[in-house]
Amino acid sequence: MTTNAFSSAPLLTLSGVNTFYGQAQVHFDLSINVARSHIVCLLGGNASGKSTTMKIILGLVKPRSGDVSFDGASLLGLTTPQIIRRGIASVPEARRLFADMSVRENILMGAFVRNDRDAVAQDLERMLALFPKLGQRLSQRAGSLSGGEQQMVAMARALMSRPRMIVMDEPTMGLSPLYVDRVLELIRTINQEGVSVFMVEQNASLALEIAHEAYVLQTGKIVLSGSARALKDDPRVRDAYLGGAEAA
Amino acid sequence: MAIAQAAPLLSVRGLTRRFGGLTAVDAIDLDLAKGELVSIIGPNGAGKTTLFNLVTGLDRPDAGNVSFEGQDVTGLSPETLAAEGIARTFQLGRVFGNLSVMDNVLIGAHTRLRAVKPAVPLIGPLLELGLALLRPANVKAEEERLREEVKVILSRFGERLLPRIEQPAYSLSYANRRRVEIARALALKPRLLLLDEPTAGMNPTETAEMQALVAELKAEGLTILLIEHKLEMVMRLSDRVIVMDEGKKIAEGAGEQVRTDPKVIEAYLGHGLSGAADQRESAA
Amino acid sequence: MSSWLDYTINGLIVGNVYALVAVGLALIFGVSRLINFAQGSIYLVGAYIGWVAVVQLHTPLPLTIIVVALAAALVGLIIERFGLRPLQNSVRIAPLLATIGISFVLDQLVMLTFSPNPRALPSQLPDVRFQIGGGTIGPLDLLIAGVGLTSALLLFAFLRYSKLGWAVRATAQDRDAAMQMGVDVNRVNQAVFGIAAALGGVSGLLVGMYYNQIDTAMSLQATLKGVVAEVVGGAGNVPGAVIGSLLLGLVESYGVAVFGTSYRNLFAFLLLVVVLVLRPNGLFASARQAPPEPLTGTFIAPSRPVRIPRWALLVVLGVFAILPLLPVSLYVLQTLINAWLLGMLALSLTLVAGTIGQVSLGHAALLAIGAYTSALLSLNFSVPVGLAIIGGGLTSAALGTALISPSFRLRGHYVSIATLAIGEIVSLVILNWEGVTRGPIGVSGIPPLSLFGYELISPTSIYWFSFAVMVVLALLQARLLGSHLGRSFRAIRDDDVAARAYGLSLNRYKSLAFIFGGFAAGISGGIAAHLYSYINHETFNTQQSILALTVVILGGLGNVVGAVVGSVALVGLPEVFRIAAEYRILIYGIVLLLLVRFRPQGLLGTI
Repeated sequence: MTTNAFSSAPLLTLSGVNTFYGQAQVHFDLSINVARSHIVCLLGGNASGKSTTMKIILGLVKPRSGDVSFDGASLLGLTTPQIIRRGIASVPEARRLFADMSVRENILMGAFVRNDRDAVAQDLERMLALFPKLGQRLSQRAGSLSGGEQQMVAMARALMSRPRMIVMDEPTMGLSPLYVDRVLELIRTINQEGVSVFMVEQNASLALEIAHEAYVLQTGKIVLSGSARALKDDPRVRDAYLGGAEAA
Repeated sequence: MAIAQAAPLLSVRGLTRRFGGLTAVDAIDLDLAKGELVSIIGPNGAGKTTLFNLVTGLDRPDAGNVSFEGQDVTGLSPETLAAEGIARTFQLGRVFGNLSVMDNVLIGAHTRLRAVKPAVPLIGPLLELGLALLRPANVKAEEERLREEVKVILSRFGERLLPRIEQPAYSLSYANRRRVEIARALALKPRLLLLDEPTAGMNPTETAEMQALVAELKAEGLTILLIEHKLEMVMRLSDRVIVMDEGKKIAEGAGEQVRTDPKVIEAYLGHGLSGAADQRESAA
Repeated sequence: MSSWLDYTINGLIVGNVYALVAVGLALIFGVSRLINFAQGSIYLVGAYIGWVAVVQLHTPLPLTIIVVALAAALVGLIIERFGLRPLQNSVRIAPLLATIGISFVLDQLVMLTFSPNPRALPSQLPDVRFQIGGGTIGPLDLLIAGVGLTSALLLFAFLRYSKLGWAVRATAQDRDAAMQMGVDVNRVNQAVFGIAAALGGVSGLLVGMYYNQIDTAMSLQATLKGVVAEVVGGAGNVPGAVIGSLLLGLVESYGVAVFGTSYRNLFAFLLLVVVLVLRPNGLFASARQAPPEPLTGTFIAPSRPVRIPRWALLVVLGVFAILPLLPVSLYVLQTLINAWLLGMLALSLTLVAGTIGQVSLGHAALLAIGAYTSALLSLNFSVPVGLAIIGGGLTSAALGTALISPSFRLRGHYVSIATLAIGEIVSLVILNWEGVTRGPIGVSGIPPLSLFGYELISPTSIYWFSFAVMVVLALLQARLLGSHLGRSFRAIRDDDVAARAYGLSLNRYKSLAFIFGGFAAGISGGIAAHLYSYINHETFNTQQSILALTVVILGGLGNVVGAVVGSVALVGLPEVFRIAAEYRILIYGIVLLLLVRFRPQGLLGTI
């Protein structure tokens, strides 16, 4: 925990990324590092370009320039399924479960890239130990679950691919306080098992509680970055992130 | 404040909207007096935008009612509500991409067209077609007058939009599209304006400009319902703040009062972390 | 005397055949939100491959079915790989247009290879009937039921138990999320197109055997029936498609029992329109769903229209105006007369499809209404031809708008389906309403064009007349676009939700667009009626609707000058290159495909 994220060879690197939607530029020279076994958090308001950053990592959107590399190899030019096979799993914004499939099917879809049936079955058991509530819900339609339960399924689904890194887009969005705590606790647990986590969050105070490093994104530019501990007490986070000081 | 006012401009009672198992808006009550600015805050997914959709007629409630100027307007079409003087902007920015800035804002003035839209039942639309083709002097004059008006509205944004007046909206920056949306709403001469996160995707300078504009509109007497995540701005502008979480209204009151409400801190700002409220980081 | 039981059995059997087509459509719609207008062409290809296998290669029945399934699947894979995959990141209208183009190309290839004449497709099964209750059933009925049931079981097992099947279901529910699980959606698309095509091909084979006849007109009918069944069951809903198909089969069969064979299709399309209007999400969809996400600017590509200086337009207009005075051949004048008539239709369609974004596939119906009205007014009531044509335009405007109005609450691909069905309904009404339209015999002896008592018989005078009418219509339309209506129409096209929030009533403005466009199309049809002197229910067919659509895309959606330029190009170029008539439709299909792929905004750009 004490190692500086910027000194070891990072697992994921975004360097000099510029992204456009049509003529509108979304990212300006974006550079982000995610160290091995760390939780890194990207903070920012709505429409700051956070979700697009996720899409860049997952290959759903292609940057116009810059590079994205994972474990030393560039991800540019790979399709999303290829990137997933490299060891990145995703917990998408708003969960995005397969609503008409059962909970069991949803969780197993997470293991889509794997072919070791027996080990997958074991991992399913492991997930049920990690998320005990889901045990009774396995044959239910995923769409019938509450938001918090859906978030559990989405996280279990992501873990099923045995990823080296999980990217999460606003994992606490729309959850009741009880589930927010639970989700954050689980992210910590997952991370302690050696999985790196890159998460996009709007809820800065919560995210900084569990993250090692954080970046603050504002209208497509990184305006602040550093260790979570330092940022938590940095008044500039508030200013930059909330647009507070100048607006006041 | 509430005592001095007569019947509220907008009044919402028990408004409820369910999507499948999810109750997006859950028995919301809301009153808005003339000239008041009320902000709605709450985490993403709390049901704020759905509430806007219900008030503006884009979605129909499962229960509850909405009244505007003492008249029950529940379930009326958005066209009718626009004609009544309710204008809104959209969270994701819905400009007409292939229309120029000028045409986008002129659409805002659509409900005010008189010369070209005779109020005759049945054959009104045909007369409208005829007048659009023939364009007699009064139609031309109305169009000219509105074009001048659009320029005045656009000048509220300084030099942001005026030089781009003939450009198609799809070529504009994100922030400029938001401005076009607000200009379009102002062109309706609204009696109630609903702003859905007008500063999303804006940097601090742009946010400050937008805040100044909203303050100006409020000072001019416009009644405004605002969804916003930047708490600083909410605190400065609002007469009252309503906090929503999971479709419910969990708190209501003056800005400072809401900010220190333990229920809000717990549900919205999270964890009851000491200092979290002061830092206002949860905004969004 | 046939019994009700017979009609029920017949309805279920035909329903089974529809199900094979509709299930494929539902699978494709599920994973790519696309209504595959080429599905009927695959069905056609299946029927003809079956004919080759049975009649020329004398394959036994099981082998025939396998050969047809495999060959059709191959066609499906080719369509997916080369027709649709390159359009993945295009605007949503692009794949729809592409499947229309593919359908034309495939149909024409079949027609060129096998000639348009119907062929007999023997069933290879003994011709016996078994008595059950009050009705009878034959081995072919059992075969069709068996194939239907087997396919359903196989499909169910595939979706439920295979990994690829899971991927298909996941993709259908959330494409992005499926990709994030590592699903290769291209493979899913491939699988789905392969399965859909195999089912469609086998369906064509079985239908051919059932009626012991195949011809190229089967294609469009199959697409329409499949779409009807699929939409009735709820787009993308596979079990719904099966139930919708059986329902459609029964409705048709009972309808035929009561009213007669020529009403068969009428029932199908009326069922479609009723379902689209009352339950656009199908009979089995949950009542209310979350409001759709904004689709701003995604349906039609943004583009900057090419600006043509006024003097250049005037010069070109002048040249065409004095053309008959120059030493040009009669042939050139006649070709251009056709171009001007098509131009009027294209003006109408570019307003409706381009300016207000309602991609109508039944536009030829407006021609037909104008043509019949004008012809019958002048024949039955001795109305002067000039007035009769205007009467045709007005009737087309009023009646056309009234007929199309049920589609006003629909969006995107659904509008295209509804207008296609409404176009077919018009043609079927003309066929069946013998008292007025003279039914299948058609209207003959229509008086020639005349104006103020002077008959326009020379090509020169007809040229000037049609040219002048088209120019006037174009100028009116340009004036319309410059008015507040032009911007209101375009606003509705770009974002109908935002438009409504600013007080634009969709019904009112879509009506006005169709009234104006219906008038131009009706005038075109009226003039054509007096030029041709004979018309019947097939004179103005879907091919003309698609030709007009190709012109509109070629010129640039909503672009008035583009509509005229496109018409001249599509009518003129095949003449210049002396391309034989039977290859033209093929070329139009290819042009449409190339445009969608390489220049979706057309030559002059969307306005």
